[in-house]
Amino acid sequence: MSLDTKQAPPAPTKPPLSHARDLSRPGFYVKLVLMALVNAFGVYGIMASWAQGEYWVLAALAALLVVANYVYFSKRAIPAKYLLPGLAFLLVYQLYVMGNTAYVAFTNYGDGHNDAKGPAITQILKTSDRRVEGTPTHPVAVLEQNGQLGFAIVDDGVVKAGTAEQPLAEVAGAASDNNRVTEVPGATILPISEIQQRQADVLGLRVSVSDNPDDGWLRTDNGSTAYTAKSLLDYDEAADTFTNAEGKVYKADPKQGLYVAEDGSSLNPGWRVFVGTDNFTRMFTDSRLQGPFLSVMAWTFAFAILSVLTTFALGLALAVIFNDPRVKGRTFYRAMFILPYAFPGFLAALVWKGMLNRDFGIINNMLLGGADINWLGDGDLAKISILLVNLWLGFPYMFLICTGALQAIPGELTEAGVMDGAGPMRRFWSITLPLLMVSVAPLLIASFAFNFNNFSLIYMLTGGGPNYPGLPIIMGETDILISMVYSVAFESGVKQYGLASAMSIMIFFIVGFISWLGFRQTRKLEEIM
Amino acid sequence: MAVKLENANKSPVSGLRWWKEVGWKHIVALVMIAICVFPLLYVMSASFNPGGTLTGSIRLFEKVSLENYQTLLGSLFPRWMLHSFIVATATAVGTVLMAAAAAYAFSRFRFKGRRGSLTALLIIQMFPQMLAFVAIFLLLLTIGDIFPVLGIGSLLGLIAVYLGGALGANTFLMYGFFNTIPDDLDEAAKIDGATHAQIFWGMIMPLVTPILSVVGLLSFVGTYGEFILARIILARPENYTLAVGLYVWASDERNAPWSLFAAGAVVAAIPIILLFMYLQKYIVAGLTAGGVKG
Repeated sequence: MSLDTKQAPPAPTKPPLSHARDLSRPGFYVKLVLMALVNAFGVYGIMASWAQGEYWVLAALAALLVVANYVYFSKRAIPAKYLLPGLAFLLVYQLYVMGNTAYVAFTNYGDGHNDAKGPAITQILKTSDRRVEGTPTHPVAVLEQNGQLGFAIVDDGVVKAGTAEQPLAEVAGAASDNNRVTEVPGATILPISEIQQRQADVLGLRVSVSDNPDDGWLRTDNGSTAYTAKSLLDYDEAADTFTNAEGKVYKADPKQGLYVAEDGSSLNPGWRVFVGTDNFTRMFTDSRLQGPFLSVMAWTFAFAILSVLTTFALGLALAVIFNDPRVKGRTFYRAMFILPYAFPGFLAALVWKGMLNRDFGIINNMLLGGADINWLGDGDLAKISILLVNLWLGFPYMFLICTGALQAIPGELTEAGVMDGAGPMRRFWSITLPLLMVSVAPLLIASFAFNFNNFSLIYMLTGGGPNYPGLPIIMGETDILISMVYSVAFESGVKQYGLASAMSIMIFFIVGFISWLGFRQTRKLEEIM
Repeated sequence: MAVKLENANKSPVSGLRWWKEVGWKHIVALVMIAICVFPLLYVMSASFNPGGTLTGSIRLFEKVSLENYQTLLGSLFPRWMLHSFIVATATAVGTVLMAAAAAYAFSRFRFKGRRGSLTALLIIQMFPQMLAFVAIFLLLLTIGDIFPVLGIGSLLGLIAVYLGGALGANTFLMYGFFNTIPDDLDEAAKIDGATHAQIFWGMIMPLVTPILSVVGLLSFVGTYGEFILARIILARPENYTLAVGLYVWASDERNAPWSLFAAGAVVAAIPIILLFMYLQKYIVAGLTAGGVKG
């Protein structure tokens, strides 16, 4: 793997004139317009992130902007002019994302641990609320202002409005009719139909009555009337504890990121904390998950290895069979063999899913004359089905590359074999195959890596099912690691980003290690030849 | 390539020997063609079956009508198809431009950190971007607060994510190809007073067109079928691309619009199949070169 395959050319003696200097060329004006856009975008972003309090984003944007302006308006840094756009995207959407995956893997980030401690405290107070006895019920209008929901009420003849972040305050220029607010400047009042559509958001909305949380907040149960509610929990800032009405004390546990009482019960939500390597070891130590996880791991390897072997074997066999000039119509055959590869993979998986359907699928009903074979619902059969479908999808690629590699093998070598009296089998195993492997082996490794993470095939064909019963995480018999990660992150009820990230990292190391082993091996192959 | 050998054949083999040496190959070919084509025939047949759910499909081409295709026009499908084309085209063009520019820099300039960056790229490309989907989702939540057009639910956001993977995968393929173009050409152009930008746009880019089209089309096809990131990022049906939309149709088992899905699948597959037929020889060459270089 030499990176520098060619000699360094003599360095240019003087940097050629750049567009930045030459006002007569159209390129300069194109650049000017593009840079103006980039700067406008960047400055807008800096202001927006200031308003949102996202100071890291702000710093990153400012740094990128400075670099971009330097690179494109300076006479030096010519290579950077060509590298910057790609590098910028790479930096944000690949490197940062990789780094953040590693970071999240060591935290308990996920549902119930979504935010820092401060917001978690506010959230606990607001979700454990009850109506304050004896307070009046106000007819309420639900507003939308700059994409945020809010409430407006008439209190002692004065129209007041507020949102989740801003406490109630008097609004000037609002109109009301019969104690119900009908118009608020700068905001739209949602009609009943829209309130119903956004029911969950409206019911979850709490608008503080004043800046002091002890005054309570407005909430609604029906979208048309609101009442004042207060938390049943008392927060003691000095001791960092919550006390409920019965006097039960919840103490902050910085290890778990939760408020926990002595009897083990805890308050929801918690906050984000570092949990060390818990996410990495959980799959191996949790007795319920251990077994299924190891099966998933074993199946991932089996699936990737068998997929490569079966597709390669069939592709190679076909390539050898049809690498024979006496067979007429080979061009047509080849075009037909490529069809499964040309058909978009995600569609193929979905079509096969329909064909393999137990009750209505065409395979059971037409080809097997009404058989009742549970292709995708039985663990072992589902695995076989997946391998067969992947064989259908993958053999044309192997056929193509093997055909190419076969045609590149010099004819003299085979002839020499014939001269020495080697039969066709011997010639294949001793001459053709070793030569073929030199050029094809790296592609086999790439194919392994691809299948190791072949999410869409598994997800679309079986969805990972049939599922193992009674697990805290949804895992199925045909799940491979990556589809299990998806399930942990998005589909297991409770989203567990930390655990999912930790498993992504594990997959990365497995694939990386195998690619590295493979490439070492290929270099050996090349040395042999 | 085969023509010469064919002419060199002395006498055509005949009878039993022909069957033993050549004839059986045609039988293998016919069996393989049946296997390859059957699922495709099945989708087409299902797509012509009016009002069909999965239940209706027991015989191929039992009924033929264009009803499903008409329904398709009135559904969200045209929108999804448009989205898929926008996303795939933008990603392909962006990928080609950025990877070509980077390959040009690596191939033609000697600068500090060049070897280091090349090695880094080689390592980074081993980390499939898709593996970090959780972090990508979280990143887009944050970005969406600042630039709503780049956040969750936006096509532009999805394109930007795809472009993040542009350099890692393709720079090497292009770098190798750029290196095969002799430096003398650059030198001559420089002596004639051309700027580096003129050399890049006016001379190198036309010379490397073959590799540009291969990378562009592979990227187009890859993006067209990408599922996991699109599913996470495009939150609502109005924003879906084909991969996500058709998945939702096909997996809706209760009121399964199966024949509608089949019609959608036929329409969605046609451009890609045509592209592949046209491209197959480039694809093999490109893949082999990339694999060996990587």
